[in-house]
Amino acid sequence: MKKLTLPLSKQTVQSLKAGDSVLLSGTILTARDCAHKRIFSLLDSGEKLPFKIDGSTTYYAGPCPAKPNTVSGSCGPTTSARMNIYAPRLLDLGLNAIIGKGEMSDEVQKAIIKNRSIYFAAIGGAGALYANCIKQSELIAFEDLLSEAVYKLEIIDFPAIVAYDCFGGKIY
Amino acid sequence: MRRVNCKIIEDCIYKLALKACISLTEPCRTALECAYQNEDGQASAFALKTILDNSAVAEDLKMPICQDTGLAVVILEIGQEVYFEGGSLNLAINEGVRRAYSDGYFRKSVCDPITRKNTGDNTPAAIHTEITDGDKIKITFMPKGFGSENTSKIFMLTPSQGVDGIIDAIVETVKLAGSRPCPPVYVGVGIGGNFDTCAYLAKKALTRDVGSRNGRSDVANIEKEALKRINELNIGCQGFHGKVSAIGVSCELAPTHIAGLPVAVNIQCHCVRCEKAVI
Repeated sequence: MKKLTLPLSKQTVQSLKAGDSVLLSGTILTARDCAHKRIFSLLDSGEKLPFKIDGSTTYYAGPCPAKPNTVSGSCGPTTSARMNIYAPRLLDLGLNAIIGKGEMSDEVQKAIIKNRSIYFAAIGGAGALYANCIKQSELIAFEDLLSEAVYKLEIIDFPAIVAYDCFGGKIY
Repeated sequence: MRRVNCKIIEDCIYKLALKACISLTEPCRTALECAYQNEDGQASAFALKTILDNSAVAEDLKMPICQDTGLAVVILEIGQEVYFEGGSLNLAINEGVRRAYSDGYFRKSVCDPITRKNTGDNTPAAIHTEITDGDKIKITFMPKGFGSENTSKIFMLTPSQGVDGIIDAIVETVKLAGSRPCPPVYVGVGIGGNFDTCAYLAKKALTRDVGSRNGRSDVANIEKEALKRINELNIGCQGFHGKVSAIGVSCELAPTHIAGLPVAVNIQCHCVRCEKAVI
């Protein structure tokens, strides 16, 4: 398994092929349906986002609440296909990588190839195991969305598989 | 007449929900272990191993096995000799759900369908009741995740489509779902009834043990044939391709109208969570 640190350099992205098993470490931002809707509404009205898209990694996830004295509740991936309508624009804005689960659309794949980005599949239904890979969690935007808010997570050795590489290869 | 206080129902739902969200059912775990032993697709085997490791972590840390702790499905089969006292049965059920999701640190995933505003406590539950003979109450609690729910379908087939049409509908639904519902899936199928009752039968089929067979041999044959054809689709665990795309197919039946053949296919992810009690 390749150990990778986020954000990935373009050189690293180009060294990865669909089907490669990886262990990811670094900073990622959670966002799912409602958070994406908010992000787009801010982008459309020309307002400043509360976090940077360029160079960031989005994790399609909405965690369970953390128990007292723990960092995170269960935090596995959600179905990426629901974010098909959002991903291409964010990839064009410099999104470094996406982590989610399941197939995405051809438009997303084209945007990944065009921007030399990458899509990692985490293992759906492994929320407790992924919670153990999260060393820090901070709520950074849209608090009223509860589990759908944007959390900044520091992850270590987070297992995933390259789902779409930057050359058009895909595992599905 | 047997008097049952609603508080007893509330406490029972509370306990079932706390256990259901952190544990796979035993038949599901066995089916996943078997899938892992038999899987020769490398990525699928890796995913199955991760899923099995995850269930051990969840049990150990008493954490939700999956962060999608679902829309709470509650099925009450109520003996007709039972009389509920001590308040509202509906409120008691929802209070049990609310307390469990709060005390268990489970995700609250229920929202208004239009405004998308979260109700904040994972209520209301989807409550189904059936009236049965006797004075017992059978309670089934199933936290139903929506990655899989979203890929479910209803078909209003014609009588001429028959058994072949039923099997085609099941296989087509799983094929279209592909990688999205967290395969290997468990497939609940309702056959007959009308538009609404066949959907309920499909849900109820998912409360059966993974690997169990319908008591009618012709229906059990539909289950076996559909499972065989699904596992020829090469979807594999998480859509990574492999031998195991489903861990089970369960069909439940009801008589239907002479003009129709409703078939509902309710998809459940590999994380089968379902707890039952009898009061």
